[in-house]
Amino acid sequence: MEYSPPPFFKTGPTPLARLLIFSLLSLALLVTDARFNYLETLRNIVSVIVYPLQRIASAPASIAQRAGEFFVTHSTLRADNARLARQNIENAALLQQLGALQAENAHLRELLDARESTGIKSTLAEVLYAARDPFTRKIIIDKGSQQDILNGQPVIDNIGVIGQVTRVYPWLSEATLITDKGQVVPVLNLRNGLRAVLAGAGNDGVLELKFIPLNADFQNGDRLVTSGIDGVYPPGLPVAEVTNVERNAAYLFARITCKPLAGVNNYGQVLVVRQEDKHPERPAEEVKPARGKKGKRDS
Amino acid sequence: MQMRATAHQEILLPVRPAFIVVTLVAALLLNVLPWSGFWIWIKPDFVALVVLYWCVAQPRKIGFTAAWILGLMMDVADGSLFGQHALAYSILAYAGIVLHHRVQMFTLTPQVVHVVLLLLFNDLIVLAIRMLSGSDFPGYPYFLGSVVAGALWPPLSVLLKLPQRPTPDPDHV
Repeated sequence: MEYSPPPFFKTGPTPLARLLIFSLLSLALLVTDARFNYLETLRNIVSVIVYPLQRIASAPASIAQRAGEFFVTHSTLRADNARLARQNIENAALLQQLGALQAENAHLRELLDARESTGIKSTLAEVLYAARDPFTRKIIIDKGSQQDILNGQPVIDNIGVIGQVTRVYPWLSEATLITDKGQVVPVLNLRNGLRAVLAGAGNDGVLELKFIPLNADFQNGDRLVTSGIDGVYPPGLPVAEVTNVERNAAYLFARITCKPLAGVNNYGQVLVVRQEDKHPERPAEEVKPARGKKGKRDS
Repeated sequence: MQMRATAHQEILLPVRPAFIVVTLVAALLLNVLPWSGFWIWIKPDFVALVVLYWCVAQPRKIGFTAAWILGLMMDVADGSLFGQHALAYSILAYAGIVLHHRVQMFTLTPQVVHVVLLLLFNDLIVLAIRMLSGSDFPGYPYFLGSVVAGALWPPLSVLLKLPQRPTPDPDHV
């Protein structure tokens, strides 16, 4: 008969048992997170603990930037000032035209009895860091649900669209860049008004137009802007430029690659755009009770 | 001759738990620094490295719970799938705790080999989880971080052992 003596030190479960417990716990979390969205509260709680660390970690960079801004020479400031003044005058001319155009547009829309185009509001946010995860392209910005950031809002910079808010924490939010695989933007070809769907390819600086027939009129250098038909992105924001069109009769669709116009990989300030909700209500809800009434009447 | 590869065992003071906590927080901080471009590829996972160090050096002081909670924190900071880092760090902690006698036997250079292999295994777990959830293979540079982490192991283990060195007795010549 073999028997083992009682353990000399009490150490609790063996490492293997502990490994099994913690692995099962992690796997349960993984499956719950991947399949259902039950864990957002838990994520928010952990995010509150991690938040100070995230702010502290990004502090040196912003302090260095501010120190750099402080030590600029007189001549650079003067040159900048002159350039900005010139730009301001140029913009003022455009802006005056814009006012007239807006009035004209509103008038024409009234004549055509078309819906008013939606106005947009925006919140300025700073990019804290890019997520370390090499599988996705995400940035963390310093505004969250406390500053009325909502899930799904587009994120733009001074040139065009860079991404979309995909997760909101109390003081931070996560934006998925348009270059992320599976991130889709509905676009419009500015040259001829063709609508298309632009998807990220998972590489830096490469986007792809999906499901475009071989004979569709897309050329190198075409500018793509958001079409606005999804109700998520406001219409007319520049997104990308076509860089290569490959038409191979062996495939059903043309292979069109584009490059993003905005500084998708830059750090700095971004705008989180909020579309004022002026969409007409969906008619489906009103149709259903009407049918029910009809049915009752018939019977 | 055979003894040459084994480490010279020093007598060290017991480690203070607060020091372990401070190093782990520092590792988390390093991980969420705004790395970009080229650096993001060669950046080691500092949390994995420090967790592995403490599991090898002090397996009684730190264990699965700490590794798992740190994993959850990294998942939130990276916005990755919840539990991905938690699983990888738990397995890393297990390997560190089981192998700690063996790794401590060696001098720093052979230790690096162990560390790099363990961290690469850690990477493979994360890769497997991501591929199963539908991501693409990010390319071989993905593994570079662990090799860099291996290079950081010797300075790190010297640095983290410093507070445990007994101060020389001033009365003793």
